[in-house]
Amino acid sequence: MSDGLAAIANLFGRALDRASIAFLVTLAVVAAVVPLLNLAVPATSPFHLSSYFVALFGKYLCYAILALAIDLIWGYCGILSLGHGAFFALGGYAMGMYLMRQIGTRGVYAHPILPDFMVFLNWPELPVYWYGFDHFVYAAFMVLFVPGVLAFVFGWFAFRSRVTGVYLSIITQALTYALMLGFFRNNLGFGGNNGLTDFKDILGFNVQAPGTRAALFAASAFALMLGFVICRVVVSSKFGKVLVAIRDAEARTRFLGYRVEAYKVLVFTLSACMAGVAGALYVPQVGIINPSEFSPANSIEAVIWVAVGGRGTLTGAVLGALLVNYGKTYFTSGVLAPYWLFVLGGLFIAVTLLLPRGVVGTARHWWREWQARRVAASTARNGALASEASASAHAAE
Amino acid sequence: MDPRTTTALLYLDGVTVSFDGFRALNNLSFTIEPGEMRAIIGPNGAGKTTMMDVVTGKTRPDAGDVYFDGTYDLSRLDETEIALLGIGRKFQKPTVFEMHTVEDNIALALKGDRRAQTTLFWQETATERQRIDDILDVIRLSPLRPRVAGSLAHGQKQWLEIGMLLAQEPKLLLVDEPVAGMTDAETRQTAELLKAINRDRTVVVVEHDMTFVRELGVRVTCLHEGSVLAEGSIDQVSANERVVEVYLGR
Repeated sequence: MSDGLAAIANLFGRALDRASIAFLVTLAVVAAVVPLLNLAVPATSPFHLSSYFVALFGKYLCYAILALAIDLIWGYCGILSLGHGAFFALGGYAMGMYLMRQIGTRGVYAHPILPDFMVFLNWPELPVYWYGFDHFVYAAFMVLFVPGVLAFVFGWFAFRSRVTGVYLSIITQALTYALMLGFFRNNLGFGGNNGLTDFKDILGFNVQAPGTRAALFAASAFALMLGFVICRVVVSSKFGKVLVAIRDAEARTRFLGYRVEAYKVLVFTLSACMAGVAGALYVPQVGIINPSEFSPANSIEAVIWVAVGGRGTLTGAVLGALLVNYGKTYFTSGVLAPYWLFVLGGLFIAVTLLLPRGVVGTARHWWREWQARRVAASTARNGALASEASASAHAAE
Repeated sequence: MDPRTTTALLYLDGVTVSFDGFRALNNLSFTIEPGEMRAIIGPNGAGKTTMMDVVTGKTRPDAGDVYFDGTYDLSRLDETEIALLGIGRKFQKPTVFEMHTVEDNIALALKGDRRAQTTLFWQETATERQRIDDILDVIRLSPLRPRVAGSLAHGQKQWLEIGMLLAQEPKLLLVDEPVAGMTDAETRQTAELLKAINRDRTVVVVEHDMTFVRELGVRVTCLHEGSVLAEGSIDQVSANERVVEVYLGR
C-alpha cells in the first residue's frame, strides 16, 4: 500500500517540474482572481471585469483544453487528427442534452418532458437515448463515455490497419464531416440544424447569472489544470517516451516489441475524453450547441492553435489557443472582420515557415541553446585559465 | 505447442515473395544453427533485406515455411510478437529515437514488460540502471549518455542501435549492413563487437563490405535473384565461379 502511494508520489514528482508548477499556479490564480474581479469588485471600479469578459475567456479556456488534447496526440505521438472537433462537439451535446432536460415546463410549449424541438416535430415521446440525461452524473459520464467509445472504436480500426500520416488525417476529417451531416438531420433527435439551446439551469443555478458564469469559468480553469497534470504525467512516464518513440520511428518501436496500435488507441481515447470535457464546459458558457461545431474547419483551426503555440510542449498548446482566439475576437469585431480567415491562413503559413517549433517551442529552444553556450563558455574559460596558469608556472621555472 | 520440426534456430524453406510480379525471394531455403554467426552477401536486389522483412514479420511470404526455434511459425506472427520471441533487427539506415537521449534509447529497448499499463507507472530499478551502464560500456557510448541521439555521428548511431539490440536480449540478431559509412577503425571495432555478441547469441549479418566479412571469419551465404547461390567459408564462396560472375566481379 505505502509502496503504491510512493509510486504515485514519484509519478507526480517526475511530472511536475518547476515550469509545470509555475503554469499551474498561474492558472489557479486566474481561476480565483477573474471571478473575484467580476463578482466582488463594483462595476464602477476600473478593476471590474465584465460578465462578457468572463464568458469570453471561459470559452477560451475550453478551447485550451481541446488544444491540450490535440497536442497530446499530435505533439507526442505524431497523430494529426483533423477531426478532434467531433469529440468536443459530442461532449458538448451530452451536456446540452442535460441542460435541455433541465428546462422542464419553462419551454415555449411547456411540455414537462419533451424539449421544444421534439414537440414541434410532433414526437410522441422521449427517444430512449435521451433517457437518463436529466441526471447530471449520468450526463457527466456520457461526456467522457461517448467521445471515448467513438475514439476507441475508430482508433481500433484505423491504427490496427496501420493508417498513418495524411491518410489518418483525412479519415478523421471525414469522421467529423459525417457526424456534422448526421446531426443536421431532424430525425436524429438532436434538434437538427438549430441544435440545443435556450438553456435555463445547470445544477439548479441559472446559467445566465453572473455567479454561475464565474463558477463555470473557475470550473474550466480547474479542468484545464487537471488536463494539464494528466498530460504531464503521461508524457513524463515511460509510456510517454514510447509515444515519442512511435512518433519518431514507428517501425523501430514495433521491432523492439511494443504493441504500437495499443499505445495509439489508448492515447487517442484519452485525448478524445479530454476534448469531450472541453465541449461540455463550453456549451453552458456559450448557451448553444449545434452541428456547426462538427464542421471540419473548426478542427483545423484547433490544430493551428497548437502549431502556433508549439506542438509537443503542452503549455504552448494552451498559449496558442488563448492567443489565436483572442486574435480572432479582436479581428472579427472590427473593420477587419472579413479578413479574419486570411489572417488565420497567413498565421499558419508564417508559423510553418518561420517558427516551425511554435512560440513556446522556439522560446525553449533558444533557452536551451543559450544555456548550452553558457556552459561551453564557462568550460572554455576555465580551460583557458588552466592553460594560462600552467604557462605562467612554466615561465616561473 | 507443436513438436520441434528442426534443430535450427532459424529455418527457411521454399520461401517466395513477389511484389507486382517481381520475385524478390524465389524458393529461398537456408538454416541458421543456434550459436552460429552467418554473413549474407549478394548484389543489390538479391533479396537480402526482403529476407529480413520476412523473418521479422514486416512482409508475409506468398509461399514457404519460416520457423524460429523449431516451433514458431513466423509467417503467422506480426513484428511485435516476433520481437518478443527474441528476434532483434538492426536496420540498414541507422534507426534510433533521435529526440531521446542515448540513455533513454537503451532504456526503451531493455527487455521487460512492454504493455501500456506497465510503462505508464514504470520506475527504473537499480538492476536496469546497471544493465544500461553495462551496455553503454560495451558500445563505448558511456560518455555520451545524456546526449540526444539525433546529435550523434553516423557510426555512433550504428553502435547505439546495436546497443539497443543487446538491451532486448534477443536469441537471434539480424544486422543489416552494420559498417556502411564507417571508418576503417570503426569497422574493425564493429567486427570485434559482433564477435563478442556472438559468444552468447546467434547473429545474421547482411554486408557488402568483403573485408569486413573476411574479418568476421564465419560461414557465408551468397544470395542472388532471391535464392541461395553459394554457401560455405569465405574462401570457398569467393572462389565460386557464379559468385564471381554475378557479385564480386572478375
